Amino acid sequence: MPGLEDLYREIILDHYRTPRNRGELPAPPAVVAQGHNPLCGDEITIYLQVDDGVVSDVKVGGQGCSISQSSASMMSQAVMGHRVDEVRALVRRFKGMMTIETDDDASLTDGGGQQLELGDLEALQGVVKFPVRIKCATLAWNTLLDALDRPSADLDHVVRA
Amino acid sequence: MTAATATTVRSSGGTPGAESPVRFDNAAVKAQFPLLATTIDGAPIHYLDSANSSQKPRAVIDAMTRFTETTYAPINRSAYRLAAEATDAYERARTKVAGFVNAACADEIVFTKNATEAMNIVAQAWGRANLVGGDAVVLSHMEHHANIVPWHMLAAERGIELRWIPLTADGRLDLTDLDRLVEGAKVVSVTAMSNVLGTLTPVRELCAAAHDAGALAVVDACQYVPHNATDVQAWGADFAAFSSHKMCGPSGIGALWGRANLLEATPPFLGGGNMIADVRLDGFTPAPAPAKFEAGTPPIIEAVGFGAAVDFMTGLGMDAVRAHEIELTRYALDTLASRFGDDIVIHGPTDLDARGGVLSFAFRDLHPHDVSQVLDQHNVCIRAGHHCAKPLMKLLGVAATARASFYVYNDRDDVDALADALDGASDIFGI
Repeated sequence: MPGLEDLYREIILDHYRTPRNRGELPAPPAVVAQGHNPLCGDEITIYLQVDDGVVSDVKVGGQGCSISQSSASMMSQAVMGHRVDEVRALVRRFKGMMTIETDDDASLTDGGGQQLELGDLEALQGVVKFPVRIKCATLAWNTLLDALDRPSADLDHVVRA
Repeated sequence: MTAATATTVRSSGGTPGAESPVRFDNAAVKAQFPLLATTIDGAPIHYLDSANSSQKPRAVIDAMTRFTETTYAPINRSAYRLAAEATDAYERARTKVAGFVNAACADEIVFTKNATEAMNIVAQAWGRANLVGGDAVVLSHMEHHANIVPWHMLAAERGIELRWIPLTADGRLDLTDLDRLVEGAKVVSVTAMSNVLGTLTPVRELCAAAHDAGALAVVDACQYVPHNATDVQAWGADFAAFSSHKMCGPSGIGALWGRANLLEATPPFLGGGNMIADVRLDGFTPAPAPAKFEAGTPPIIEAVGFGAAVDFMTGLGMDAVRAHEIELTRYALDTLASRFGDDIVIHGPTDLDARGGVLSFAFRDLHPHDVSQVLDQHNVCIRAGHHCAKPLMKLLGVAATARASFYVYNDRDDVDALADALDGASDIFGI
């Protein structure tokens, strides 16, 4: 069995102890999406503000384990201020990283255009060695996708782009 | 082979207010569980998740294998001797299960897929036939989803009202307003033992209150039956649900006990083969109970295993099982309190007479999922999650708990391993 140090990397624990972008946004204009992990009862709420096709603000609410909370925290930093199409590409790359059947090269060169860096998110790579926890790591990202898919999000600019 | 291989001795210690309970030889019992003799990463397994599902003894495994190798055939429908023998084995299992909970006769036991299906038969078959809009069903705040969601489904369809028995601060049913809650109700459906808090509920009192109000008394006995001597007639209940896999039997089979007259008056749940007396182009006539509720080919091998599990548990003696769990729970409460003090919060009653061997706890500020992850590193298997009791989680003000639960094969080593593993857990998170 892989060691816990593969799972609980220092950067992850830092985001767990000091989560970034915790809070709420007024909705509307922000869109709100809730995610549940039926396995463990974790709940997450993503508040997403999109203006002119750009994520102008994002906040995270809810409660969960160290992996789900740190993943949400890092995600909020990674997507802030970026275009929705870039964010969607990042979600695909992250979920690719969280896949046990790896085709890393394909998932890491997704999109073709300018890519957002995974950066700190690379620290979550160790989660794949603990398959039960993959759902913890992807909860915030699936919830973000849900928020992006809400019709009320201001995505017209992106759809036309 | 049952606990005949285990030494039965009289306890010399004695319990206050009770006769010295019969005990079994814990080590000899544990040795009958092949899985517990295996290792992970070269180290022994501390299985503390029996409230979720229990491990299986050699006697149950062998009974199922032997039946499969020598006697297996379809039941109830073929004329050859092998099929008759298989049918007999299936029905013998029913008789054993009936005796285990003191049903009035074997035909009061319906084999189901699990306790959840048994609860659904009550809500969906009995409930649909007997409840109309405005009728009230009384549940409690500590119910498992299996005793909530079927009623929610009926409520959505019929507009029935759900009432909730609240809890006291220490996790017991608060019966202060019971008379008012059951007044005019048609059903009172409550657990006999909480799968989260371990709380034992006053089933007899609840059944009497239900009947005084003219309501049906339903007992979710899924956690209770594996750990306590059960007498459904003494409870005065109308229906009770339990499962095989929590009491050393195989998964895939459970039971609904119902009073014969009630089963007879309840329409079938699933339709198909085996559950009919006659089928015509213009309709069908259901078979008498219990066949009426056993549509299709049932879990035949599993029924044989369920019967073997009853033999195994009976061999140990349910009073001895309960005595073992009280002793182990006492040791666990003492150990965890002395080693961790206020850093550990154990939900539910602390009075051992009022609880079973189920310990849901919060440890420092660690999330249960992380606690479980660290414990798994030490082969300590606990459940982390909402335990299919989300309304109770909300009441406790948590999204999840960590839960260690004990059974006949657990011993003090398992408790010590739990405590040792917890000891190192918070270092990792620095909180």
